Amino acid sequence: MRILVALIRHPSGRIGALIIALYLVVAVLGAFGITPHNALKQFPIDRLKPPSGTYWFGTDLLGRDTASRLMLGIGQSFVIAFASVALATLAGTIIGLLAAWWSGVWDGVLMRLMDVFLAFPAILLALLIIAIVGPGTFTSVAAIAIVYTPIFARVVRGPALSLKQRDFVDAARTFGSSQWFVLTRHLLLNLVAPLTVQITLALAWALLTEAGLSFLGLGTQPPAPSLGVMLADSKNLMQHAPWLMLFPGLTIMLGILGFNLTGDALRDILDPRTQRRSA
Amino acid sequence: MNYVTQRLLTFPLILLGVSVLVFFSIRLIPGDAITAMLGTEAGLLTPAQRASLANYFGIDQPVWTQYARWLGGLFHGDLGISVTYGKPVLGVILERFPLTLELALLSVIIALAVGIPAGVYAATHNERASDLGVRLFAMLGQSTPSFVFGLLIIYVMSVYFGVIPALGTFTPIWVDPLANLSQLIFPAITLGFAFAASVTRISRSAMLDVLSDDYVRTARSKGVKARRVIWHHALPNALIPVVTLSGVEFGYLLGGAVIVEQIYALPGIGRLVLDAITQRDYALVEGAVLFIAFNFLIVNLLVDLCYVALDPRIRLGGR
Repeated sequence: MRILVALIRHPSGRIGALIIALYLVVAVLGAFGITPHNALKQFPIDRLKPPSGTYWFGTDLLGRDTASRLMLGIGQSFVIAFASVALATLAGTIIGLLAAWWSGVWDGVLMRLMDVFLAFPAILLALLIIAIVGPGTFTSVAAIAIVYTPIFARVVRGPALSLKQRDFVDAARTFGSSQWFVLTRHLLLNLVAPLTVQITLALAWALLTEAGLSFLGLGTQPPAPSLGVMLADSKNLMQHAPWLMLFPGLTIMLGILGFNLTGDALRDILDPRTQRRSA
Repeated sequence: MNYVTQRLLTFPLILLGVSVLVFFSIRLIPGDAITAMLGTEAGLLTPAQRASLANYFGIDQPVWTQYARWLGGLFHGDLGISVTYGKPVLGVILERFPLTLELALLSVIIALAVGIPAGVYAATHNERASDLGVRLFAMLGQSTPSFVFGLLIIYVMSVYFGVIPALGTFTPIWVDPLANLSQLIFPAITLGFAFAASVTRISRSAMLDVLSDDYVRTARSKGVKARRVIWHHALPNALIPVVTLSGVEFGYLLGGAVIVEQIYALPGIGRLVLDAITQRDYALVEGAVLFIAFNFLIVNLLVDLCYVALDPRIRLGGR
């Protein structure tokens, strides 16, 4: 709660949080079918209509309402981004904590394994995973989660290693606290700050990766609305119907901006050393 | 064991891990390479013909044998034969690599040329309106996906300037440098834009750090001119994180900018991998992905070594 208040007081954090809140509301409305028009229904007579009072953001080649499709697309992107980042956080935190706790050989094995995954550019690793499993929503979630797990493992391992050497951890172990208790109560709780920042920034990357994969035709599959697919479809129509490119593009950009602003603000709030340089 | 030795020792280990991951993950892809190569015509093959083709491409062996043969071949520069192109994989990759390398270099140059001056300017005008403007530009740059910016460039150029960026063609620089530049400049700006934003942020932040250091204050109090303090005293030290960032980004870009290559229909490494995946060209995917990972690891290793050279304080355990 204290962090939320600080976030709202932070100038860029306020804007970021507002954007995320707005997107969440739009996504929920879309999920309940509260959209200006039916997002999947085609109105052949209204093909490629420019923005108007009836169709706020215009219509596409099949006469489907862009605004309604954007609302569903935001929901789809958010579901994939949140699910993949949740998985990556869970897996990365477990791996990072265990590597730090066990240290020695296990630390070496686990972290070198993470290095192997980090040796691939993110989109390439995601493409490889999708090539194996086939495109789709679940594959996108798994691919993005696998790509970002090593980053979380690294973010957790470093501070966990130094925390492990601290007196309060030694004291807890001397008093007979179980390993589970020390790991979760003393180590994990102290890692909440760096993890919170990382999660917010990872959400921005996940949105970007999801849109990129869908843009390549390897993410969300039509006819389900997806921001990346909408943008890819607009490529050949941009001269006649620029709104088809403009609105999905702005929607993706604004969503990423929201998470980036929030992530930066959280870093300022949770790490006083960077306060001066909030960019 | 110091930091450099440790990095050099783990390098081949990670590369071996990458080769295992690449090789075996490709084997998990459903469908077989011969059907993928011949399409519906694969149905016309007799079992003997199919077996003979499988033997030719070495895919009739147990998977571990295939891996051992593949690994052995790597040491001789033999990455196998691409079923799509009917040529050695390494040759196909090296044909595409000049474009990717040039695009990566151009993008990094554009990003540094824009990002460093912008970062220095923002740091020296801290908290003023111009600093806020630069920061806003940087934040927008970081939040704009390359495919959004790339499409926007194509749209603006074609609708407002009547110039359609050359799509789908590539002339090597040694054949016609001007044609080459006209084909790569827009993709390079697309890639360089987001990276310029990161460079701006990092150099601004590093400059702010350095400008508050004692030696900068000393130089100022001795009456050294402000311009000299910024460019000669502060900037060289502030550039250390920029070197790291540029190296990592360059490594990424050597892996091919899949999406930007797709938008501008450029025949680079990224699109090669994408096409090879859809065509189930096992040998090509393995070879190209390994090639990309190898470049990425080498560039990262060099960046780390540069980092140690630039900042002697870095020693094992001191990072």
